[in-house]
Amino acid sequence: MKLLRPTLAIAWKDVRLELRSRDTVISALVFGLIVVVVFNFGLNRAPGSLAPVAPGLLWVAYSFIGVLAMNRTFARELEHGGLDGLLIAPVSRDAVFLGKALGSLVFMLVIQAILLPVFAVMLGLPALSPVLGLIILLATVGFATIGTFFAGIAVQTRSREILLPVLFFPVVVPIIIAAVEATALALQGGPAGPIWSRWIPLLVVFDALFLVVCSWIFAFVFEG
Amino acid sequence: MASPGRRAAGGNSLLRAARSASLWFLLLTAALLLADGYLIFMVAPTDAVLGDVQRIFYIHVPISIISFLGFFVCAVAGIAYLIRRSERWDRLAHASAEVGVIFVTLALVTGVIWARPVWGVWWTWEPRLTTTLILWLIYVAYLMIRHYAPTPQQGRSWSAVVGIIGFIDVPIVYYSVQWWRSIHPVQVIGPEAADDALEPIISRILIFSLIAILMLACYLVMERMMLRAAEDNITELRRQQQDASPDY
Repeated sequence: MKLLRPTLAIAWKDVRLELRSRDTVISALVFGLIVVVVFNFGLNRAPGSLAPVAPGLLWVAYSFIGVLAMNRTFARELEHGGLDGLLIAPVSRDAVFLGKALGSLVFMLVIQAILLPVFAVMLGLPALSPVLGLIILLATVGFATIGTFFAGIAVQTRSREILLPVLFFPVVVPIIIAAVEATALALQGGPAGPIWSRWIPLLVVFDALFLVVCSWIFAFVFEG
Repeated sequence: MASPGRRAAGGNSLLRAARSASLWFLLLTAALLLADGYLIFMVAPTDAVLGDVQRIFYIHVPISIISFLGFFVCAVAGIAYLIRRSERWDRLAHASAEVGVIFVTLALVTGVIWARPVWGVWWTWEPRLTTTLILWLIYVAYLMIRHYAPTPQQGRSWSAVVGIIGFIDVPIVYYSVQWWRSIHPVQVIGPEAADDALEPIISRILIFSLIAILMLACYLVMERMMLRAAEDNITELRRQQQDASPDY
């Protein structure tokens, strides 16, 4: 309870801020479309034949958007001393971390939900299924956890735009692998065995492990 | 008030003792490495199938093992630093990360050189290779974080947490890449095929090589730690001097 209320308060603050300005969501949506368009030229395939690489494109776009959104999560606190306010607030650092991560998670899920049908049309994805929703949710929890943690570090440096992806991408490799493979299986509609026996457990373990570890060591990110 | 001169003098005598010890260590390491080179090129039998290129194995395997050890030391020293707040732990973490990155780079390079004639490709997305590459990227980011941190204090804490996260991540990366690879129909090459028992002479030379290269790594870590200590000393003296005379 002591952790939950400040967490929700911080997440709600971010969501409300975004509802008023719509900075991140709009730019991320446009960026997501641009990624698909650029990849379309890069791969130069016949119309409709993008389907085999669609899961990869989807997750490349999602992870790029994730980095973009995550860069904003602390960067917007730099204006008007928001970060200092957040840090001197009488809440523990893990509540700050979880609140920020929850806020990023909500943004990314909204962006992904809007983009998914668009991608389905443009890439010719065969079918959308509920299990795909679960995969996206679990993978995005991992993105938000790692991304928020490293964004906290990157925002305090001069070169934050480049530092976040450099830290973020190597660590989330397991998530990208699991998400792409599970998405491919889910979209093919073939045997769903590996989804449940491998990829979903992998995502759950990754999420649980890093949620605990990151909120535990987040206090060290903002010190000195 | 501790005078900066006294502190530096105390540091110097300690440094001098450490330096003469490290010189002997260096000579011993150099002798072992020379002997290792002799064993690898003159004593080890030429591989019947792969030929001389197989000799790279005596360097490549120890380097890879020791680089992983370096990252393990780095993560442990990072945790110890966060608990104890002693700069000595941070120096150990930093030095072992740097040596680890150099060794991983060498492991990747020697691996690529070996792979081209043996596998026919420079690079393949095989689990160990991929994991090693990801590991390299994580610890390059670790070193970048130290460099980009606005204050040394932040650099120490941040790199410690990056080291911890990176170390937790590596096994997950390995399993995910293995699963990823195993569902694609690919040729089984390398590590799985090389698991059969080694000839006694080969494994003995390998162990000798491992010891020699481990000593080299220890020497490099010690030397780097002393260098860091000297760097920190200079920074500290400069800061004190600046504090004493702000207009200087």
